[in-house]
Amino acid sequence: MKMSERLEFPPEHNLAYDVDAYRADFPILAEKIHGKPLVYLDNAGSTQRPAQVTQAMVQFEAHAYANIHRGVHELSVRATERYEAARQTVARFLNAASRDEIVFTRGGTEAINLVAASWGRSQLRAGDEIILTTLEHHSNIVPWQMVAGATGAVIRVAPINDVGEVTVEAIAGLLSPRTRMVAFAHVSNALGTLLPAQRIITAIRAYEKKDQPIRVLIDGCQAVARMPVDVRALDVDFYAFSGHKLYGPTGIGVLYGKKALLNTMPPYQTGGGMIASVSFEGTSFAPPPGRFEAGTPAITQAVGLAAAIDYVTGIGLDRIAHYEDTLVRYALQKLTHIDGLTIIGADAQRAGVISFVMKNAHPHDVGTILDRQGVAVRAGHHCAQPLMEHLGVPATARASFGLYNTHEEVDALAQALHKVQEIFA
Amino acid sequence: MSDDLRDLYQDLILDHSKHPRNFAKPGQVNHEALGHNPLCGDRLALYLYVDDGNIIRDIGFQGSGCAISVASASMMTEMLKGKPVQEAEHLFDYMHAACTGGETNDATIDEDARDRIEALAGVRHYPMRVKCATLPWHTLQAALKDEQKVSTE
Repeated sequence: MKMSERLEFPPEHNLAYDVDAYRADFPILAEKIHGKPLVYLDNAGSTQRPAQVTQAMVQFEAHAYANIHRGVHELSVRATERYEAARQTVARFLNAASRDEIVFTRGGTEAINLVAASWGRSQLRAGDEIILTTLEHHSNIVPWQMVAGATGAVIRVAPINDVGEVTVEAIAGLLSPRTRMVAFAHVSNALGTLLPAQRIITAIRAYEKKDQPIRVLIDGCQAVARMPVDVRALDVDFYAFSGHKLYGPTGIGVLYGKKALLNTMPPYQTGGGMIASVSFEGTSFAPPPGRFEAGTPAITQAVGLAAAIDYVTGIGLDRIAHYEDTLVRYALQKLTHIDGLTIIGADAQRAGVISFVMKNAHPHDVGTILDRQGVAVRAGHHCAQPLMEHLGVPATARASFGLYNTHEEVDALAQALHKVQEIFA
Repeated sequence: MSDDLRDLYQDLILDHSKHPRNFAKPGQVNHEALGHNPLCGDRLALYLYVDDGNIIRDIGFQGSGCAISVASASMMTEMLKGKPVQEAEHLFDYMHAACTGGETNDATIDEDARDRIEALAGVRHYPMRVKCATLPWHTLQAALKDEQKVSTE
């Protein structure tokens, strides 16, 4: 198993991690909530942005903003260069073979919808099989249901085991000559479960036939901010993530796709910016990635995303992963001592997220009581209703960590949870 | 407990959430609806038996939800048992106004009902929780109109 799949770290990564310095980069962390210091533990929902990201966007807007790929004027040239440089930054970040493999989207959701609509509708036939897992976010379920409905393809669901894990065997056991797509989350947003992506793909590649390839899509929304990701080492066909869970802005996301595959795919949306030539007799489309970026994209947000990637790679994803892991271990230890609190899911394969329920207190009440003490957590089904159903809970409370959270904040969470106990004793 | 949390989680609310009243399906039922708040997972089934004179003879609920929605449902059933349907509609309007900061000067609402609704109206300081308190009442409306399902989001 690869290091990145077990979150184990060599000793040289135990270098001092200057969390106070990083915290100072995030103005919002100084905010008071209901008179209490903010303890922001909803990072799986959205991360906060460092000043470096907002400044990059402000600077860009002040000095280089115009529409891209259109004008001959200087600003359009500057904007185009910055937008394409952002694409290069993303390509490097994922270790893609080329920046042409990076499509900018509105977010992770749109990236998956793009594959389902473009690849799915053009490639899938009645009876073809799409494999998903129980713990998928709705955005990695519903687009496939739509394409299954339109093509007659069938969805098969790999179950999780008792501790919330998806094993390689659970997916391998569903592979069949009709399997065309396997789509799964790299890290579960609801439980924090880290899937053994590398081994899953190895098993798929061992099974597939040359003339019947199986495509693999990974929903990496919860992974990219928590661990290094190498799409070529993974040998994944598509990898999707959003900017706002990576300390970048909303309104921007990424679809990585292998160049040979993107080349064969029809447009997802059509309009300006994605054509080679248009006449009323017919239209020819631009090559990827432009083919998939109809209309004016989120230019400033792409610049912001690149700044966010520079920020996290400046710290080092492996160091962030290690730090968050120590934080999660500490939190698990603290939370285990709270009466009536049950942690959901495995802790051997966990990345950045702790989902829990409390006896006598509904997650929504937990969320409200924590909020009044300045502690922001998510309460609900986390857009994973099939998973909640499987677990037999209507909802959970979820604390999710980011690069700026501290051990003291974990203490504040534990203390706030004692307050819940007090009220609902 | 800090004062504002005490505002929301008053003793009356906690009591009803821990020991919900009329928490069962009545023997005889001629109106029912399922109230669902997909965002928080609250799911309440409400059952009524309304007689020919339009009096709510029996009412009960089942399901799971947060303290606010369960307490609201529990108190609602207590308020409505034996009341004419028309009065239930007045109470709905009053409840809605109380929880959203609207006018609450309907003189037909008795003091007991006012006290209960006032306890729930603490949610008006918690915008995200208003729908928890009003879910049972929306479900009531759906049940009386014989709509099977209602969803608040």
